Amino acid sequence: MATAIPIATQRSATGIPTGKLALWWVIGSEIVIFGGLLASYLMMRLMYDSWSDAASHTNTVAGAINTFILLTSSLFAVLAHDAAERGKGPQAAGYLLLTIGGGLNFLVVKAIEWTGEISHGFTITTNTFWSFYYTACGLHGLHVIGGMICMGIIAFDAVRGKNLQRVEYIGLYWHFVDIVWIFLFPLIYIAK
Amino acid sequence: MATQGHAAAANGHDAHGHGDHHELSFVQKYIFPLDHKIIGMQYLFTGILMGVIGALMSYAFRMQMAFPGKAVPPFGLITPEFYNSMVTNHGSIMIFWFAMPVLIAAFGNFLIPLMIGCDDMVFPRVNRLSYQIFLLSAIVLIASMFVPGGGFGGAWTSYPPLSASSVYNQTPYGAPMWLFAVALEFVAFLLGGINFITTLMNSRAPGMKMYNIPIVIWMIIIASILFMASVGPLIAGAVMLLFDQTIGTGFFDPVRGGDPVLWQHLFWFFGHPEVYVVLLPAMGIVAEVLPVFARKKLFAYKTVLWTAIATGVLSFVVWAHHQFVAGIDPRMANIFTVTTLLISVPVTEMLFVYIGTLYGASIQLTTPMLFAIAFIAEFLIGGVTGIFLGASGSDIYFHDTYFVLAHFHYTFIPIAVIAVFAGIYYWFPKMFGRFMNDFWGKVHFWGTAIPFNGIFLPLFYTGAAGDHRRSFDLLNFPELRQPNLIFARQFATISLLVMLGFQVIFFINFFYCMFRGRKAGANPWNANTLEWVAPSPPPHGNFAELPNCHRGPYEYSVPGRESDYWPQNEPAT
Repeated sequence: MATAIPIATQRSATGIPTGKLALWWVIGSEIVIFGGLLASYLMMRLMYDSWSDAASHTNTVAGAINTFILLTSSLFAVLAHDAAERGKGPQAAGYLLLTIGGGLNFLVVKAIEWTGEISHGFTITTNTFWSFYYTACGLHGLHVIGGMICMGIIAFDAVRGKNLQRVEYIGLYWHFVDIVWIFLFPLIYIAK
Repeated sequence: MATQGHAAAANGHDAHGHGDHHELSFVQKYIFPLDHKIIGMQYLFTGILMGVIGALMSYAFRMQMAFPGKAVPPFGLITPEFYNSMVTNHGSIMIFWFAMPVLIAAFGNFLIPLMIGCDDMVFPRVNRLSYQIFLLSAIVLIASMFVPGGGFGGAWTSYPPLSASSVYNQTPYGAPMWLFAVALEFVAFLLGGINFITTLMNSRAPGMKMYNIPIVIWMIIIASILFMASVGPLIAGAVMLLFDQTIGTGFFDPVRGGDPVLWQHLFWFFGHPEVYVVLLPAMGIVAEVLPVFARKKLFAYKTVLWTAIATGVLSFVVWAHHQFVAGIDPRMANIFTVTTLLISVPVTEMLFVYIGTLYGASIQLTTPMLFAIAFIAEFLIGGVTGIFLGASGSDIYFHDTYFVLAHFHYTFIPIAVIAVFAGIYYWFPKMFGRFMNDFWGKVHFWGTAIPFNGIFLPLFYTGAAGDHRRSFDLLNFPELRQPNLIFARQFATISLLVMLGFQVIFFINFFYCMFRGRKAGANPWNANTLEWVAPSPPPHGNFAELPNCHRGPYEYSVPGRESDYWPQNEPAT
């Protein structure tokens, strides 16, 4: 009973598969969450000139490396989708594992970066800039971790050729996480 | 409830894919259900239970307002901390744990698949998860009132710096738990909303075009989209406030470079669309009830739909009318005054459409119809008094007085109480296969509608005379000790007691008729929409054969037809 899929799930009045449609709405709701956070950051950043002093201590090199890593991992997500389209489950799973590897790399660089910041005395309570820095990057990091876990589950299925359509969906999500970083990087690391 | 199992068994032939209809155990069916109808019931009963708790809180603080310093049975003497906590949690519960779960989640879950003619939500397990998270949030909220320091008392708007530090609010555990409960509730409704929207977009009955969708479904979907688009900034804000409370950041602390007004913007950017998130489904319920009992086509379907969408769009640019005294730029106040007055145009248009539906109709004054008509009349008072508050000039005088309180109760009670009752009396035969008693329904109606006005009309007066909303004991102010003001407060409180008393009739009627009421057929009201095609109560999978849709939902009294209704699934001959 629990495994029976309702007729409702199989209908597609819009022509978009149900899972993909729902994923777009998930991304939509995530955009407003990050949108609210970044808009608050921007308003206060414009209000207080002193924030540029605080911002000058961010590690731009680490941020740049992470941008490169995330963009590369997105490439693997695209390749995984391509393999899934051609019905090659194990190959798609392989590319997904590479994407997860990219996410892991990202987190390692982030950990090194944060250790450096904290050891220099810049913690989340130092001032409001650093509060935003840790909150925004932390929220983004949680999305990276969540994406990696889902990707692991999907890769596990994909090896056996199950639920291959989900490879595309997780790819969409991963690109979204990527784009959030594309906004975070200039706003927090480059703007000094 | 036994009838449901029976009906499910009767549907054994099963033309549509649920091959294995073995009987489910009680736990599978009612505790961890996947069926949208049972999940809807869970939301309904949890929401109503929370509503009762919220109503009892209003009893506690209204007694304190009318008879300050006297012991209130069974609470005893009301302390200021207890009073604050009651007011705060009354507001939070009534909006987040009563109005939203009942109007959107309960009616949405029950009605969407039935009214668009499919067998379930697109993601039944996400649906179940959404209820479980909602239940958890309710438990966290209730628990927050029993921790050391007591429940959070910084008002449902939770403005910093009061809410941001336990040094000020004196509730080191209550405040974070309140915030956490609200955040969990948002997650539950995001999950539910995505499910609703996807279901409507993808799973409509074949032939159901955009303008064939019943208005209540449109309204619930538009409300879900509004919620989804507005809640994000507040989720971000809630994380920031939680960090302020627990790890000592200073996002909203001006001394440390933060900005308390930022919270107000984040809160009301959500908080004002939220008003329309609950208003629109209520409008939708009324739009379903009116044509059925007026035996007349809904006047101007497309106008209702497009004005609802216009209301939704406008609701994103009115939020700062809550902040006219918060130190925002006066030029900005002008802009928000204009947008706020603008939004009353589409809402009024909807009410006109409803009155137009009643014009020249052969009205049947059943209980649901009485509630639906009362909604129009009472909400009108709420809307008109809102004009005074939307205009920044008069709002500066009225801000945070009982006038404001009376105004938004004149909007929220028609929405969350009167329209909800209209919906419950109307869909009760579909939910349980039996009618509610009409006589006691009408007694309940008059016992709700009259005391409701008795509570809040006097409060417009005391508010205009200067009663401040956030005061624990108004007798501390010499100019508020006039006998006529004291009488008005006592009149309001006694009206509340009468109104609460009459709700007992509703509960007896509800639970008695659930098991013993007069049996209702599949389509007891001779209505057109697809939920009346399914048996009452609908079995698992809803329809013996999934219906097709051939026309709009409100084709009543069509000239040249023998019967005065024309179900959506009936092929044209």
